[in-house]
Amino acid sequence: MWPPVSYHLMDIFIQQVVSGLATGSIYAALALALVMIYEATDVVNFAQGEMAMFATYICWAMLSAGVPYWGAFCGTLAIAFIGGLLIERIVIRPVENAPILTIVIITIGLLEIFNSLAGWIFSYVQKPFPSPFPKEPVRFGEIVIGSHELGQIGVTLAVLACIFVFFRFTPLGLAMRAAAQNPVSSRLVGIRVGWMLALGWGLAAMFGAVAGVMIAPIVFLEPNMMGGIQIYAFAAATLGGFTSPVGAVVGGLIVGVVENLVGTYVSFIGTELKLTVALAIIIIVLLVKPSGLFGRAVVRRV
Amino acid sequence: MSPLLEVQGLDAYYGRVKALDGVTFSLAAGGITTILGANGAGKTTTLRAISRMVRTEGQIRFAGEPIETCSTEEVVRRGVAHAPEGRGTFAQLTVEENLRLGAWGRRDRAGLEQEFARVFGYFPALQVRRKQQAGTLSGGEQQMLAVARALMLRPRLLLMDEPSLGLAPLIVQEIFRILRAVNAETGVAILLVEQNAALALDLADHVFLMETGRVVMEGPSGLLRRDDSIRKAYLGY
Amino acid sequence: MARRAPVVVVVAVVVACALPFLLSNFRLFQFTQVYIYAIALLGLNLLTGYNGQISLGHGAFYAIGAYVAAIMMDQWHVPYGWTIPAAGVICFAAGFLFGLPALRLEGLYLALATFSLALATPQILKYFEHWTGGSQGIVLTKPSAPSGLPLNPDQWLYFVALAVLLAALLLAANLLRGRVGRAIVALRDNPIAARAMGVNGALYKSLTFGVSAAYTGVAGALSAVAIAYVAPDSFNIFLSIALLIGIVVGGLASISGAIYGAFFVHFVPIWAQDISKAAPWAIFGVSLILFMYFMPYGIAGAVHRIAQRLQRPQRTGDGREPPPSVRTTA
Repeated sequence: MWPPVSYHLMDIFIQQVVSGLATGSIYAALALALVMIYEATDVVNFAQGEMAMFATYICWAMLSAGVPYWGAFCGTLAIAFIGGLLIERIVIRPVENAPILTIVIITIGLLEIFNSLAGWIFSYVQKPFPSPFPKEPVRFGEIVIGSHELGQIGVTLAVLACIFVFFRFTPLGLAMRAAAQNPVSSRLVGIRVGWMLALGWGLAAMFGAVAGVMIAPIVFLEPNMMGGIQIYAFAAATLGGFTSPVGAVVGGLIVGVVENLVGTYVSFIGTELKLTVALAIIIIVLLVKPSGLFGRAVVRRV
Repeated sequence: MSPLLEVQGLDAYYGRVKALDGVTFSLAAGGITTILGANGAGKTTTLRAISRMVRTEGQIRFAGEPIETCSTEEVVRRGVAHAPEGRGTFAQLTVEENLRLGAWGRRDRAGLEQEFARVFGYFPALQVRRKQQAGTLSGGEQQMLAVARALMLRPRLLLMDEPSLGLAPLIVQEIFRILRAVNAETGVAILLVEQNAALALDLADHVFLMETGRVVMEGPSGLLRRDDSIRKAYLGY
Repeated sequence: MARRAPVVVVVAVVVACALPFLLSNFRLFQFTQVYIYAIALLGLNLLTGYNGQISLGHGAFYAIGAYVAAIMMDQWHVPYGWTIPAAGVICFAAGFLFGLPALRLEGLYLALATFSLALATPQILKYFEHWTGGSQGIVLTKPSAPSGLPLNPDQWLYFVALAVLLAALLLAANLLRGRVGRAIVALRDNPIAARAMGVNGALYKSLTFGVSAAYTGVAGALSAVAIAYVAPDSFNIFLSIALLIGIVVGGLASISGAIYGAFFVHFVPIWAQDISKAAPWAIFGVSLILFMYFMPYGIAGAVHRIAQRLQRPQRTGDGREPPPSVRTTA
C-alpha cells in the first residue's frame, strides 16, 4: 500500500506532506463531526469515533454480502445518518438541558456500547477492508503518491464541498445554522430546533462514517481502530476551534501533516510517541488560545 | 366579528414562580393593543405565553382555535410573529438570511423575492445592507430587521416586545410610523409591549396596564391619554 | 447519613475483619481488589463529584502510582510498605502540577484534555522502556505477612488494603465535613459566589486535584503490590472509563458510593464474561446511561433516599431531583 521511496529529500518531504494531508483529511472529517455537534449543542461527542467504527463495520457487512463498493458506501452513509439522528432523538434529547457532566457521561456510555456491540457482533479479530482505489501509485515526476491517499483527499473534499453547498445555499442548511447559533430566535421563526439538532447528529455520524471507511484499509478493521484517530480528531477540532467548521478542516490537515513530519523527522518521537504529539497539541492550544485558530472566544454568562 | 386573540384566566409560571395571575384580554383582527406597566409587571411574560415559551394555565385562543397545547413552532405557523426583547436577530447571519428565516414558518414559501421587495419598501436602509452580517448593524437597524423579519411571515398577529429599548428618539418615531403604516396597509394586528407610554398610546387603539402579573386597568387608549388622574397614577406623567 | 450510621459502619468493619477467616484465598483476593478500587474511586469522586472537575484520565495517576511502587520495589529494592506513601506523595505532586494548568480549562475542555491523557498513557509508558520495562512490564514478588503473624499472603494483603481503605475513608469524611469540604463543594456549585466569599479558588482546586491524584496513586501502588505485575496495556483508556463508571454507579459526591461502585466494577465483568467478551462493557455503557436517566445519585443516593423514607414516612415535596452536580450525599 505504501508508495516506493524516492531518494530526493525534497521529494520525500513532499510525499510526507501529501501523506499527512491524506490522514489529515480523515482527522478533518471526524473533527467536522465533533464541531457540528458542539456548535449545535455545546457537547463534545466522545462516542464519535466509535460510532464511525460501527458504521465502517456495517459497510464491511454490506461488502461481504456482495454489495458493490460505492453502493455500500452510500448505503453506509445513509444508515449512519439515520442512526445519528435516532441517537439524538432517543438518547440525548431527554438530557438536553442537563449539566455537562451528565452529557459527557452519557456519550462515554455510548462509546462503550458501540465498542462492545461491534466486538460482540463482528468479533475482535482484525479484518482487512478494501480500498476502492487502484493499487498502483500515481507518479508526479519523481514524486510517487499512493492512490488511496489521493482518494482519501478527494473523497473528503467531495463530502466537504457538498456540505458547504448544503449549509450555504439551501433553506434547510440555513435553518440548521440558525438553530445552532440561536435556538430561541429559531423557535420564534417556526424552526423545529429539536429536529435540527437531530439532523446535525445525523450529518455528524455521516462524516464519521466517511472517516472510518477511508481509514479502515490502512489500519485494518477492528473495534479499537478509532481510538488513536479520535485523539487526533480532538486535537484537530481543538486547534481549529470547536466553533468553526473551517477550523476543523484546517486543523485536521495541519495535525495530519505535523504528525507525519514530526514522526519522520524528529527521531526521539518516531512512531511510538505520536499520540503524545496529539495530546501536547490539545493541551498547548487549550492553555494558550482555547478558542483555537478560527473559533470564537467563548463568553461565559455570569 | 370574533376577536383574533382571546386570553382568559391566564397564569404563567417560571418554575414554581407565578408570573401571571388571571390575565384576561382580547384583541380584534387588525387592531393595535399596547401593554404598559413597570419592569417586572409581566408584560414580556404575556407575549411569551402567547408564543408558548413559558408554562401556562388558562385559555388562549387564536383565530378561534385554542393554542395552549401548541408548540412555539406551531403557533408561528398559524401566523403569530414575535419580535422579542433584545431583537433576537441572528447576529452571525446576513440581513438577507435573517429575512429568509422569517419566512420559514410560512406555509406557502413561493414568491420570496416579492416579500423582500415589500419589506425593503418599508425599510430601505435594510436593502442597502442586504449582504451585511446582522450583528454589525446599528441598534436601530437591528430593530428594523426584527420587525422586517416578523413581517416576512405575513403574520396575522405581530407581537412586539419593547421596540424602543435603547434607541434614539428619532429612530423610534420612524419605527412606530412604519408600524402604523404596516397595520393600515396589511391589516396585521399588533400587540405591543412598551415602556415608552406616550408613543405607545399614540399608536394603539386599546391599552391595558399590568402590575405584578395582573391586569389592573384597560380601555381605549384615547381615554387613558385624556384622563389626567389615571395617567398620573399609573404612568407618572 | 442517619443516626444509625455509626452502627452500620462498625458492623461493616467487624464483618470485613472476619472475612479472611471465612473465605477462600481467591475470594479474598477479589475483595482486596475491590478495596483498592474503592480507594481510587474515592479519589476520583473527590475531584469530579464534589469539586466538579471532570477527569476522564485518572487512570494515568493510577498508572503513576503503580509504576512508582513497581520501580521502587524492582530496581531499588524498597520494601513495599514504603512504596505506598511514596506513590501518594508523588501522585499528589503530579496531580497538583496537572491541576494548575487545569484551572484554565472549564468542564468540557478539561474532560477533553484528560481523555486525551488517558488515551496517550499506554504509549508514554511503553516509551520510557528503561524505567518501565516497556510492553512486557515489570514482574514483582508478592509480599508475605510479617513473621509472627499467622496469615497467608492473601490474608495479609487483604488486611493491608482494608486498613488503607479505612484510613482513606476517614480522611475523606473529615476533609469533606469541615470548611475545606464546604469550600470544595461551593467551588463546584457556584464558583463566583465562592470566590466572592473569600475561597481561594485556584489553591483549592489544585489541592483537590493533588489529593484526588494521591488517593488514586495509592490505589495504583497497592494494586501493583497485590497483583505483583504492572504492564502498560492495563492502564489504557478503559481503566479511566471504568473509574468513571465506578463513581457514577456508586454515587457522585458520596463517600459510601466508592464502595458500591468498586463492587460493581469488579464483579460485573466476572459475572458477565460468561455471556461474551463484549458483555461487561456493554453493561457498563448501558449502566452509565440508565443511571444518568433514572438514578443520577447512584446506589449511594438510592440507599440514602430509602434510609430517609424509613425514618420519616411522610415526605412532602414533588420528589423531583435536581441534577447530580447540585447535591451531596453521605
